[in-house]
Amino acid sequence: MKMEQFNDRNVADNGYFLVDIEDYPTDGWGKFKRVVKRSFKGELFVGLWVVLREMIRFDIHTVQYPEEKMPIGPRYRAVHEMKRLWESDAERCIGCGLCEKICISDCIRMDTKIDENSRKEVTEYTINLGRCIFCGYCAEVCPELAITHGGEYEQASEQREHFVDYEYMLTPLDTMKAKAQKEFEGFGAITPHEDERVKKTPLAY
Amino acid sequence: MDTAYLIETIIKVVVILLIFSALAGIGTYFERKVLAFMQRRLGPMYVGPYGLLQVAADGIKLFTKEDIIPTNVVGPVFKLAPVITAATAFMAAAAIPFFPQFTLFGYTVHPIVADLNIGILYILGVMAIGLYGPLLGGMASANKFALISAARTAAVFISYEVVSGLAILAPIMMVGSLSLIDFNEYQAGGIGDWIVWTQPVAFVLFWIAAFAETGRTPFHLIANDHEIIDGFGTEYSGMRWGLFFIGEYANMFFISFVIPLIFLGGYGDGSMLGALGFLGKVAFFFFFFLWTRAAWPDVRPDQLMWLCWKVLMPLAVINVVITGFVMMF
Repeated sequence: MKMEQFNDRNVADNGYFLVDIEDYPTDGWGKFKRVVKRSFKGELFVGLWVVLREMIRFDIHTVQYPEEKMPIGPRYRAVHEMKRLWESDAERCIGCGLCEKICISDCIRMDTKIDENSRKEVTEYTINLGRCIFCGYCAEVCPELAITHGGEYEQASEQREHFVDYEYMLTPLDTMKAKAQKEFEGFGAITPHEDERVKKTPLAY
Repeated sequence: MDTAYLIETIIKVVVILLIFSALAGIGTYFERKVLAFMQRRLGPMYVGPYGLLQVAADGIKLFTKEDIIPTNVVGPVFKLAPVITAATAFMAAAAIPFFPQFTLFGYTVHPIVADLNIGILYILGVMAIGLYGPLLGGMASANKFALISAARTAAVFISYEVVSGLAILAPIMMVGSLSLIDFNEYQAGGIGDWIVWTQPVAFVLFWIAAFAETGRTPFHLIANDHEIIDGFGTEYSGMRWGLFFIGEYANMFFISFVIPLIFLGGYGDGSMLGALGFLGKVAFFFFFFLWTRAAWPDVRPDQLMWLCWKVLMPLAVINVVITGFVMMF
């Protein structure tokens, strides 16, 4: 699709024109002539034809929602997801707490501990979706691409506290086995062909 | 009065009541579908195949809904008003021949409840009494929107009775009878005999007046949803509101029967083809009610009055005078 027509802000040149409006009649004879003209111009039949044409053409725009869904953009920011590593199926989250820190509506709460391998482990991770404004800062700040937004915008439950805990957001292991985990393309995601641009650090630490 | 005639009449009345009550429901389904298609929507889709059972669902809802009588209304009048609308609509059906006569098990059936010799006068008169439904309902409702609607109803109905009466006078002069069966016989010779060719002005005027008397869209200001809520129906709920609704749709059907009977040859010579053609004409006129609702905007009350008294009524009078002169010489 060409972007020119959207970038061109000079609307005056794009086929806009002043509608030719006649002066309102002032005397009785002028009013009478206007009535006769409007009566026999057949504008009513134009209206009838337009709606009949649409009926015959049958170009229905309805989306029958629960069965059909509109595609949403890959950058759409709906309910959060927790991703796993492709290589090991381990959780990407390293418990750094940046998302909890940056969250402007203060809806992320996490608890961590050091496990037996002296790695940080997430013990508690919840997002209060009643407060979340889906700004996307947590996804942008995450250094591991662990917390991202997903495309799931349908939620129903008996109480809102059911949303959302760590288990709910984490990619299921079945999905990982099927290699079906989808990477998020929105806030914080790596740009395409990032691998080719990565340079090796010359220092031997 | 002989018993067979009595039984026959009662059966006819019951059949007409049942068929047109059901048709009123199905009419709402068609209206929603046609409007939806014209606006690139699908309309009701979920209750039954293609939403066909939506009518039944609406019926169950209307029947089981609580019948609310608000505190400040005039009780008896408020309760009576919907009955007037529905009853007058069905009473008008008594003089309409729905079909040519046919023989069933060796018994000749005349599909008309009563072949009155003043058929058209009776139909117009009873439809005019239908005015009391919205008028009394609106006035008894203790609601300002209902009151506005009642005032508009009175104005519109009385004005357009004049137009429809004068418009129909010219065909009556030509036929020389008020019975709709005589009208049909007059035009039985085929398309060339249709009164619409000799009385095109009367046809258009009567058609326009039909829109006003059924309160359909270009003249929908009696119960104009976007400015006076539901007008006279605002305070009604459940089946009382449903009666208003059935009355409106039955009126639409009956007027769709009357227009082709008077102007477009009715059921013709009484053959099966003529009868089917008649149903086709009725279907077209009913469809046209829905079609205009999708296409045309509403007019203001003052424009409606202007149209009636300054345009349509003079035209109707001139039409009658010219018809008289042509018949005299």
